[in-house]
Amino acid sequence: MHKLSLKEARRKLWRGETTSELLTENVFQQIQAHEPVVQAYLSIYREQALAQAKAADERLKKGDTDGAPLLGLPLALKDNLNLAGTETTCASKILKGYISRYTATAVQKLLDAGAVITGKLNLDEFAMGSSTENSALQKTTNPWDKERVPGGSSGGAAAAVAADECFGSLGSDTGGSIRQPAAFCGIVGLKPTYGLVSRYGLVAFGSSLDQIGPLTKTVEDAALLLNVIAGYDEKDSTSVNRPPEDYTADLNSDIAGKRLAVIKELSGEGIDAGVRQAIEKMLDKLREQGAVIETVALPSFKYALAAYYLVATSEASANLARFDGVRFGHRNKSARGTLEMFKRSRAEGFGPEVKRRIMLGTYALSAGYYDAYYLKAQKVRTLIRQDYARAFAKYDAVLSPTSPSVAFKFGAKVNDPLSMYLSDIATIPVNLAGLPGISVPCGLENKLPVGLQIATPEFTERKLLQIAAAAERSSGFERMHL
Amino acid sequence: MTEYEAVIGLEIHTHLKTKSKMFCACSTEFGRPPNSNICPVCTGQPGALPVLNKEAVNLAIRCGLALNCTINKKSVFARKNYFYPDLPKGYQISQFDLPVASRGFVDIAPADGAEKRIGITRAHLEEDAGKLVHQGAEGIEGATSSYVDLNRSSVPLLEIVSEPDLRSAAEAKAYLEKIKSILQYAGISDANMEEGKLRCDANVSIRPAGAAEFGVKTEIKNMNSFRAVERAIKIEIERQKQALAAGRQIIQETRSYDEAAGQTVSMRSKEESHDYRYFPEPDLLPLLISEDWLKQAQKELPELAEQRIKRYQEEYGISAYDARVLTLDKATADFFDTAARLYAGDKKNIVNWLTTDVLGYLKNEDLELSQTKLRPANLVEMLGLIDNKTISGKIAKELIGQMLKTGESAKKLVEQSGLRQITDEAELQKIIQEILNANPRQLEQYRAGKTALKGYFVGETMKRTKGRASPPAVNQILDKLLSG
Repeated sequence: MHKLSLKEARRKLWRGETTSELLTENVFQQIQAHEPVVQAYLSIYREQALAQAKAADERLKKGDTDGAPLLGLPLALKDNLNLAGTETTCASKILKGYISRYTATAVQKLLDAGAVITGKLNLDEFAMGSSTENSALQKTTNPWDKERVPGGSSGGAAAAVAADECFGSLGSDTGGSIRQPAAFCGIVGLKPTYGLVSRYGLVAFGSSLDQIGPLTKTVEDAALLLNVIAGYDEKDSTSVNRPPEDYTADLNSDIAGKRLAVIKELSGEGIDAGVRQAIEKMLDKLREQGAVIETVALPSFKYALAAYYLVATSEASANLARFDGVRFGHRNKSARGTLEMFKRSRAEGFGPEVKRRIMLGTYALSAGYYDAYYLKAQKVRTLIRQDYARAFAKYDAVLSPTSPSVAFKFGAKVNDPLSMYLSDIATIPVNLAGLPGISVPCGLENKLPVGLQIATPEFTERKLLQIAAAAERSSGFERMHL
Repeated sequence: MTEYEAVIGLEIHTHLKTKSKMFCACSTEFGRPPNSNICPVCTGQPGALPVLNKEAVNLAIRCGLALNCTINKKSVFARKNYFYPDLPKGYQISQFDLPVASRGFVDIAPADGAEKRIGITRAHLEEDAGKLVHQGAEGIEGATSSYVDLNRSSVPLLEIVSEPDLRSAAEAKAYLEKIKSILQYAGISDANMEEGKLRCDANVSIRPAGAAEFGVKTEIKNMNSFRAVERAIKIEIERQKQALAAGRQIIQETRSYDEAAGQTVSMRSKEESHDYRYFPEPDLLPLLISEDWLKQAQKELPELAEQRIKRYQEEYGISAYDARVLTLDKATADFFDTAARLYAGDKKNIVNWLTTDVLGYLKNEDLELSQTKLRPANLVEMLGLIDNKTISGKIAKELIGQMLKTGESAKKLVEQSGLRQITDEAELQKIIQEILNANPRQLEQYRAGKTALKGYFVGETMKRTKGRASPPAVNQILDKLLSG
């Protein structure tokens, strides 16, 4: 049963063909069997999950399922989401042992919807990375090939779903951290419009870019989870107050006449040939369904990566300042004096990539450099938004590969940060513009999944999911099962 | 010898009188046990986000209006980055290039000069930091351990920055008092320096009198009272004068005022100063103030001291001097307003009692009016007792002291201590006759022409009646008996 999609599992539960306890047990058996290799989970809540499952079964027996669309369904969380009373590490030594004092809004919404939480999932330290190799705590492998990375930073969240170790998970996406690992692991990853899902309780990396979203086995599952987690939250001033929508509403509508544009800058040089071929095949299938496919130039994209690494690191340099050993997390015990305590705690607690980004961001914000770097980067964001706006005046959505390559081998890019950064070249502009974006598996290259990225105007998730569902239907892609 | 003139600008930080903190729902109540007014937001828990307190914005707008500022339709919060153990997020949310209010002024009347207009550069919103309590040393340096109390973390602050328009320590003090008065009258802040609800830094430089360019400035911190501000600035001006006279240069630096030593001491030079790496706070949207909001704030702006001074003169015929004395402290003015409403007699009676006896008592005891138990109704009751001749003014002077201390009603005190004035003629005549009988020698001398001895008999009567005898009645009876 662990192989079922979230929707299928729910149908079985609601029809009384299984129980939440059984489903949850199944998931834990899968975890037990494959975690030694996959290593997606940083913490596993077996007892609590089974207790939640039993409680859900009681409600199901009574038919008490109102307002609980996820009742009894086992889901997992990226370990940068706060759940009161659980350890939240962000895969960093500096937060090892930190127990959350409160629950993130998106997580609370899952709980309110009746979900069973199986545990917390590995990530690149503080969500900084594209392979989950930057986790200070463990090495997550790609279920398709254990020699390869699962992508990142939501590598654990993607691998756990691909390995059927949960029916879906929540990740966070600052520059592609949901979509790229989803592509690497052959699953669906959705980054909602900035402001659609509350960030309250998500440990911040790049505050103006971060967004929580689902990683799921199918597009429909992503829509189901988005239905639950979307919505205004007075605790997040950047969340947007708009009427709720049913994101599953248009999933079965055909896409005949939809105008789709392939991004010129992301279809040639820098994209692996095999990936390009898989995307081409996918485009043909969309054409067969009546979509009009053209090419659009988004010239400001060439500045996106540079702008991103200034904005995200600047914000991160401030966001990570609170990890100073004073109130929580790791504190160096031998330091004499406050300044030394700060310095040593941070030197010991942060990994190299996190330090690199803190330094980069601190530099970019320094007196005399602010205008040249941070301010200039913000101007690039405006240009990128304008590029998208021009494209959306003509097209319903823009398409590209989610990542220039399929999952790469461990260590392949660790010593070359720039090549690692380039694996987010296609996903980053979507965050800079605050748009919704999704990665859908569209085929295989060298027996590894390739993701198609679709982006649409802000708050048009229904259309985004409609096109994604059409791609999914026609892709012929089959999930793997361990 | 070169004549120098001082150039001074003040940065005033004031707590805003809100129930909850700047970015969370925690209480701002002062004096609670350490770390009892805290939550994930004001302790900087990972993932927690700030939500702006609208009332803080309201008070900031009100202050901007009271300071004749332009209220900016759009202002922006920024992160001010620095490390200190009392700053939970590692940055303070403040306003930087786009403050809520800018370009205003206040008029001051310093003790040593004529009325003068002082420019306000800006007023911006920000959050306060927590408080550190050290063991084993005064500061964090050398302490064996230090404790962090985050009750104050994220309490709303308004920073009011003046133009460098002040020219003396007395002007600086007058300006600070003026700002305090506005903050209190407009209900923006308690502006209490003792509780740290009003803090002040001073930028001080000197230049040859008449010069157009500014000298090198120093920033003076750690001034914890109005008196300290005046003294520290005086001392710093003198230090700079002496340095220049001795051929030394003034270094741009931050200096700390050491009250005990009566000097300012270097803290850090410009080179060591922080680079705060300001950037717009991505967790908060720009603050937009609509025309309607502004109008509402204008409508809600309370009566300030000047307006009250004018009203007291016009409505009650109180002298300009007395009106100013009454309004120096808002608590006194509020006390007067309430008493004036309750009292049917001449309001100047209230003024006399307030400005002499009550304020005299406060000065002697070093108290604020609010720290005493005297209430307007009690004072008015006492005035009524004088008016209907139940007590004499002299007795009242004794009563007021007790009323300030105990809050007891005047009537009750009179009943309890038998202080009621003796106006009964027969009773008084009996007493006075006894006194005359007991002093035959003085009576004889009086009758022999030494009429000044009448005062002696009045005194004896008062002594015997413990001051309760009505003086006019005593005079009248004495005249009758002595002539008899």
